[in-house]
Amino acid sequence: MISLAGRDILHAWGKFVFTGVGLGLLIGVTLTMAGVYRGMVDDAKVLLDNSGADLWVVQQDTLGPYAESSSVYDDTYRTILGMDGVARAANVTYLTMQVRKGDSDVRAMVVGITPGGQGEPGQPGYLVAGRQITRGHYEAVADFATGFKLGDRIRIRRNGYTVVGLTRRMVSSGGDPMVFIPLKDAQEAQFLKDNDAIVRQRARTAVNPALNRPGVPGLLDAVIASQSTNPYVNAILVQIKPGRNPDQVAEPIRRWKRLTVYTRAQMEVILIGKLIATSAKQIAMFLVILAIVTAAIVAFIIYTMTMGKIREIAVLKLIGTRNRTIAGMILQQAMALGVIGFVVGKVAATFWAPIFPKYVLLEPGDAVRGFAVVMAICVLASVLAIRAALKIDPAEAISG
Amino acid sequence: MAERHAQGILIEGLKKRYGTGDTAVDALKGVDMRVAPGEVVGLIGPSGSGKSTLLKCLGAVIEPTAGRMTLGEKVIYDEGWKIPDLRALRRDKIGFVFQAPYLIPFLDVTDNVALLPMLAGRPNGESRRQALELLEALDVAHRAKAMPSQLSGGEQQRVAIARALVNRPPVILADEPTAPLDSERALAVIRILEQMAGQYETAIIVVTHDEKIIPTFKRIYHIRDGRTHEEAGEGRAIS
Repeated sequence: MISLAGRDILHAWGKFVFTGVGLGLLIGVTLTMAGVYRGMVDDAKVLLDNSGADLWVVQQDTLGPYAESSSVYDDTYRTILGMDGVARAANVTYLTMQVRKGDSDVRAMVVGITPGGQGEPGQPGYLVAGRQITRGHYEAVADFATGFKLGDRIRIRRNGYTVVGLTRRMVSSGGDPMVFIPLKDAQEAQFLKDNDAIVRQRARTAVNPALNRPGVPGLLDAVIASQSTNPYVNAILVQIKPGRNPDQVAEPIRRWKRLTVYTRAQMEVILIGKLIATSAKQIAMFLVILAIVTAAIVAFIIYTMTMGKIREIAVLKLIGTRNRTIAGMILQQAMALGVIGFVVGKVAATFWAPIFPKYVLLEPGDAVRGFAVVMAICVLASVLAIRAALKIDPAEAISG
Repeated sequence: MAERHAQGILIEGLKKRYGTGDTAVDALKGVDMRVAPGEVVGLIGPSGSGKSTLLKCLGAVIEPTAGRMTLGEKVIYDEGWKIPDLRALRRDKIGFVFQAPYLIPFLDVTDNVALLPMLAGRPNGESRRQALELLEALDVAHRAKAMPSQLSGGEQQRVAIARALVNRPPVILADEPTAPLDSERALAVIRILEQMAGQYETAIIVVTHDEKIIPTFKRIYHIRDGRTHEEAGEGRAIS
């Protein structure tokens, strides 16, 4: 028996392929949405991977440093270094802001790290160009995605920095590229006020009788000095000794230092389960709507194609074609449309994914699941057309 | 070697009622017809006389209300269908030729004809050989690979006749087969039907309004108000 569906497709292949391409673009959007979600999850994991930490020590009862703000004294890391099971510990600050270069600016996560601390947690591990930060001030290592180049001069708050190194895939959980600068500069950037504000603050402090007592010389200077320095960091990143259990190392830090400590597993829960949870639900909702729209469009296309062949179907039924054969023809056409649509969608998504400003991760597993869903949608969508075709009266082929 | 169909088609007291109660309409009120194997008869009547209803009953598309129909030597209807698979009956025992050829547009000429034996479960190769034989007989074998849209009206109608004949049915129902054709082509179609009827011992009923072809029938059934009456036709030879 010849394939009626195949012959029909070949007969009007241009129309069929064109329809498949249209459907494919819609499927491409759906696959891209899944890729956007995967990209968000991957960004979160990359952030944790790139930090090189086993433990995150943050302010007590906060979800810092990524999901909530956290402040820890910058000398705390020394006492943590002396605790059992700790191999390395380093201060780190995170501040998401606009980094200026000339007249333009780029949204980036500015990370404060200890200069010259190669191998320490929090450092940019792998450079694609240039070198690590070696000076204590005004040098920066930027992610490739910022668009900065080696030697570029960038501005963060009031200070200028020279880009000395470039990294790749160093991003925040929100997908913003990272810019690493020396820790002291980063601490200053977090709290540094403009000159007018500093003058006003000094004047306010000077008129405060409690802080400017005539009988206590040097008090006012000490207060002003403390106001213009920042002894805080956002977190302390800790690497544990090989073979040690992260939970067992974390427990004494929690107990004795009165700080909150997260392991890698707990940090993943915070980032994926809390920080991007709403975005994930948003995308899931969008995916569901896209699936419904795709199903409706496939159903409409298949139904229209079938209704355009009422006379042919009536003739086929009149000359003794089984309902099963007619249903098979419609089903095969729907599935062929799905295959064309999926292939076009996958190719389109693969081509346009790198153009997106944030990372879009197209996983093979998602493609397989997407294909299964597209096929299921096509099968379901063809039911309406099959029902209509089976209702066609063979008598319609006979006039009168 | 053509298969012989001993009786052609025999219709006795066929009735068809649409609807029930006060709205019931008797479309056929007792139709009697007999068409012998190899014979071509005309079925003529005004619009609304019941021609289409009779054709649908004969084609096993709608069920009559009463009466008896015999196809070849088999009673197919006697106050109810006597054949369990009407689809197979239509496929194997009844050929259809329509006013428009209604060829399947996405199959080439050969496959349009070969589709019926294929549907009956015969191998593709054998079905196509059978189709080509008929296309040869109908003088359209040279268009065997063409698509229906590439054929002239007359060629399409000949392909439709080949399709109707391919399973060697004992009866062919032709519904206004010459309506869209000019005189010459219309007469050519009737000539082909007569030749095929003779060659394959097939009983052919031609429903028509076409004044050009009515004189060619040797026997004509007139249908009016749901009843038929038979009369001799001119049986004019087609040159």
